[in-house]
Amino acid sequence: MNPHRQSGRAGLHDEEDFVDILEERRRSSDLGHALRTFKPQPYTGALPCSASDLNKSVLESQYLRYMTKEIAMETGSSVEAVKQEACGILEEMSHNLQLGFIRLLGFTLTKVFKRIFSSIHVNMEGLSRLQQAIQECPVILMPSHRSYVDFLIISYILFTYDLPIPVIAAGVPLAGMKMIGEILRRSGAFFIRRGIGSDKLYWAVLSEYVKTIVRKGFAPMEFYVEGLRSRTLKSLKPKLGMMHMVLEPFFKGEVYDITLVPISISYDRVLEESLLAHELLGVPKPKETTMGLLKAARVLQEDYGSMHVNFGHPLSVRQLSQNKINRSQYNLIPRDLPQKPSAETQACTNWLAHLVVRVQEEGSVVSPWSLMACLLLQTPSATLAEEGLAWDQLTQKTLWLRTLALGFGACLNWPGHVPESDVMSSSMALHHSVVQHKRGRVHLVEEKDPAGNRPVSPEEGVLRRAAAVLMVASYRNQALHIFVRPALLVTAIHTTKSTHRDELFAFFCFLQNVFSNEFIFIPDRASEDFEEACSLLRKCGAVQISPQEVAELEAGLQTTCFLQALLQPFIETYQVVLRFLCEEADHVFSEKQLLPAVRSLATRLILSGELHTYEALSSDTQKNVLSALLRLEAVTKLRTTESKYRVNRAAIRRIGDILSGKIPPQMLIAAPDARL
Amino acid sequence: SILLILSQCSVNSSVFTQEIMKWNGWGYSDSRFLFNKKGQAEFTGKRYRLSGMILPSLKDWFEGTFGASLQHKSPATVSAIYIYFFNAVQPPTLNEAFVEDLKSVGIPFSHDAEDRVFRAHGHCLHEIFALREGKVGRVPDLVVWPNCHNDVVKIVELACKHSVCLIPYGGGTSVSSALECPPEETRSIVSLDTSQMNRILWIDEKNLTAHVEAGIIGQDLERLLNENGYCTGHEPDSMEFSSLGGWVATRASGMKKNIYGNIEDLVVHIKMVTPRGVIEKSCLGPRMSTGPDIHHFIMGSEGTLGVVTEVTMKIRPMPEYQKYGSVVFPNFEQGVACLREVARQRCAPASIRLMDNEQFQFGHALKPQVSSIFTSFLDGLKKFYITKFKGFDPHHLCVATLLFEGNREKVLQHEKQVYDIAAKFGGLAAGEDNGQRGYMLTFVIAYLRDLGMDYYVIGESFETSVPWDRVLDICRNVKERIIRECKERGVQFPPLSTCRVTQTYDAGACVYFYFAFNYRGLSDPVHVYERVEHAAREEILANGGSLSHHHGVGKLRKEWMRETLSNVGMGMLKSVKDYVDPNNIFGNRNLL
Repeated sequence: MNPHRQSGRAGLHDEEDFVDILEERRRSSDLGHALRTFKPQPYTGALPCSASDLNKSVLESQYLRYMTKEIAMETGSSVEAVKQEACGILEEMSHNLQLGFIRLLGFTLTKVFKRIFSSIHVNMEGLSRLQQAIQECPVILMPSHRSYVDFLIISYILFTYDLPIPVIAAGVPLAGMKMIGEILRRSGAFFIRRGIGSDKLYWAVLSEYVKTIVRKGFAPMEFYVEGLRSRTLKSLKPKLGMMHMVLEPFFKGEVYDITLVPISISYDRVLEESLLAHELLGVPKPKETTMGLLKAARVLQEDYGSMHVNFGHPLSVRQLSQNKINRSQYNLIPRDLPQKPSAETQACTNWLAHLVVRVQEEGSVVSPWSLMACLLLQTPSATLAEEGLAWDQLTQKTLWLRTLALGFGACLNWPGHVPESDVMSSSMALHHSVVQHKRGRVHLVEEKDPAGNRPVSPEEGVLRRAAAVLMVASYRNQALHIFVRPALLVTAIHTTKSTHRDELFAFFCFLQNVFSNEFIFIPDRASEDFEEACSLLRKCGAVQISPQEVAELEAGLQTTCFLQALLQPFIETYQVVLRFLCEEADHVFSEKQLLPAVRSLATRLILSGELHTYEALSSDTQKNVLSALLRLEAVTKLRTTESKYRVNRAAIRRIGDILSGKIPPQMLIAAPDARL
Repeated sequence: SILLILSQCSVNSSVFTQEIMKWNGWGYSDSRFLFNKKGQAEFTGKRYRLSGMILPSLKDWFEGTFGASLQHKSPATVSAIYIYFFNAVQPPTLNEAFVEDLKSVGIPFSHDAEDRVFRAHGHCLHEIFALREGKVGRVPDLVVWPNCHNDVVKIVELACKHSVCLIPYGGGTSVSSALECPPEETRSIVSLDTSQMNRILWIDEKNLTAHVEAGIIGQDLERLLNENGYCTGHEPDSMEFSSLGGWVATRASGMKKNIYGNIEDLVVHIKMVTPRGVIEKSCLGPRMSTGPDIHHFIMGSEGTLGVVTEVTMKIRPMPEYQKYGSVVFPNFEQGVACLREVARQRCAPASIRLMDNEQFQFGHALKPQVSSIFTSFLDGLKKFYITKFKGFDPHHLCVATLLFEGNREKVLQHEKQVYDIAAKFGGLAAGEDNGQRGYMLTFVIAYLRDLGMDYYVIGESFETSVPWDRVLDICRNVKERIIRECKERGVQFPPLSTCRVTQTYDAGACVYFYFAFNYRGLSDPVHVYERVEHAAREEILANGGSLSHHHGVGKLRKEWMRETLSNVGMGMLKSVKDYVDPNNIFGNRNLL
């Protein structure tokens, strides 16, 4: 099956052929697959390196010896004690990759995957490009992260296709799971603590560990540049700490080049969908335990449709960082001594990380359901829950949106040989947990009590509806990257009511800046993004473009209305938080106080009919607003106490006014957020 | 016309060096590599140990490494006659007044085309390639042969008086475009050939120094001293042709610097004639604290400040005993680790060099035909022992060559110490023969480039110095960069990209790269070559290597001087130049 796609935008992707790797598994023995001869071709020049060799060279490294001494001096403890501590950290961290466990895993995963997925599509060209790249220099696999399933799927595919098994950066909580932690460790996972903060020794051990893996090049390394699993299924702002550790061996000339391979993993339906929505509403994430996992086993009874793993074009760090990094900056300090990354290095790391996320987005395969989700959310939630939306109307709009998305270069997974209505029906069926098709109308499904009771309080009702809306929203989010640039431009046109390119561009930049935690834009590329938005809108007949002007066309009304409405929930949510900070918050507040307070304000506003989007209840969006305000210096973090903030009401009011078009965007541009 | 001038003046016989040298290639005319009718490589002439020998495996190596073929020849298109008799050379722009004054002081000179072309180039690839195609750019308008220091003083005075551009010429072995005449120069350019100033003026046995005229060629200096039981021990790879003055002007380094030191360690006193007058120190004290050492303005000045005329340098009694040696390592990393340890223990032999695997294989291709079945049997046995018994991978192993010198007992002791260290890094002693051949090859390797050029293969070497902790990285990255750049620039065949560590220091090493490729299918091979070399140099600098260890800057590497020395550093050098030579009489435009 070939997903539909428009080829050639930005020259980043060509027509790709996806192959269902489960098909073969359904035909032949699972055990045979697990026990197959495995002879991967490693990076030329790399010698095999066992887990204990790796640990040994980390502990004996000049760098760690230096850091140990320094830390011992600072803390007044003995070098031996610090060394012991480093040993302990390394023990907790280190992988213990064993082929036997990969085989065991291969066997188990085949069983599970065959049960829950109808197919797992992998692009074969991507794999052969990867195979080529692996022989040339150290390779970093950088998948998007939307589900726990991401965690081992890459290893599974590489095992199946005789490519070297990666070592994978994982969060420490996974290590804590009985058995599972150990199984993951033996499948190549190494574990990193969350919130390392200023623990100097931990940073030292981690960075030396990561750099040694890259330098030795005995296995590809896999890590999530987004840092966390995205709860919203939307790309996250990349984290730079790990990225910098990975890149430094190239900057310092310890390897000739490093190849980054962005991998887009897309799901028709995500296993954790309802869990995610609840987390966003403030229901805490269950602790990662083996029992919890077993309890969650019921999710294995369900059908999750198909999954796409798209291996992107390998990116050469050497090529990309040309003229961005002066490598001779490392000449005057001994190799093994720590050196604070220069501003130039930080900017380059930041840029590369964003680039990877962008490539991941472009490679992600969007399902028909995501398009439907975009449209469902543009119907008022109450209507959707109560009266429902006419099926015919939804069908017609979805088909229209399909054309628009393809025009915008989306990579769509819309089967060609099946009647369109069947495609949509089966998408509905797959997502029966949130939507239902009854008597020609589509309804939002709200969660019921086990007893089947109606909600006790109106607030609880809001929460239940919000859970359903956020679930739909997360699937919409999978398609956002296709539309976000044109949507920002349309918002700019509508808000400024101007046709002047300069004014529109200024507002476009303002929006990119405010929403830079919400949507991922490559730094310093605003004008390219703007041009891209212009040209896409022109192509679909929504605007007319001259050197000075961008004017909306009557004929493109459907497009512009859709795009405007797509961003509306975000803009409204930002306004709610801004309003809260201006009107209700104390001068000094903590994040812990902020989230429930905003949630209760939003609930009130929804109940009073003033606010139309349930998405305002998403803690993720609320946190993004906070980050944006910090970046714009409308909120400042207090030095004295951790995670306390001070509000600058005037600045916040100004941002709100710009956002609603009351005043033009001044120079609000703050320093780019490139701290490592 | 040269004969005419000779009849006027008394020119020493060694002006004829030019007669026995190639005009468009390296070294002596009678010595060259060729493929004979049977397709076997041989080295002609009688001058070298390899002369007259057949090299049975060179052809296969040559064709295999470069994808070259004996069927595809690219001989030099132009003979010398064409150049000199068909006016390929621009007629000289003579400064008549200068020439008249020169005649009146009786210093020999020539404006013969052959003499001028011979002194218009060094041995960079682009220079030789152009000559082979009969392309001659700006050449000196006149050649003068001063006979002594005072002659030089007169010439420099006249040059200042008549505004003539002087370019000192020693042995002509420059590989930095230092001898190229600046095309924008409008004054008459005079090549000042020091070859007649080639006497040892005195030997001081009490202080172990010799006072020598700067035009003397390395091998002559060594031979003359040897006759008296002494040596300088300074043996740069070019010592057959390069001159003492040239060594001083480029900060030369010798193979045996571990015992004797580099040129800066060997020099006790220098006399240089500049447009401002003569610069020299007042005594022969072995070390002085008298402000910055003015010798360091002279050394490395690359002919931009004046002409070095006389040098007092250290001499040593000839070594009682010499012994070659070699060690095979399982891989280059181990080899470098061993060299580093040898440097740490400060027990480096007179010379220690580590060749990478490609160069090891290259060295093997240059093995002459063995005379007996027994030797070839032994070779086979050795190979079996190393690869099968010891498990060395023939595609990873590398070899270090060693040269020990001194008192016999100490040499043997020293040898043991070095081999013991090598053993710790998996090194196996591989015999004296391999070592000796390694060093002999240094002298014939330059001839090989001419052979390559007959078959569409061009190449060059370049060098750097780098701290120990970056040696492996720089070797890997530069070699890789060369390979990738070649590919990107359309070179149809994989290039030869190889390196060796040729000197060890306390804080680092000197690394030497060889790079060559088959240029069939390229319209402008020299341009491609230059871009790749440029990229390789950028890579060297990005990896913490120096701009040059001993080749110098010339005009080839000028563009990187500012980033190498800082703005202030450049300003310092510039102000020295401005004071010493305000009218840019020494106008070869090297360095700055």
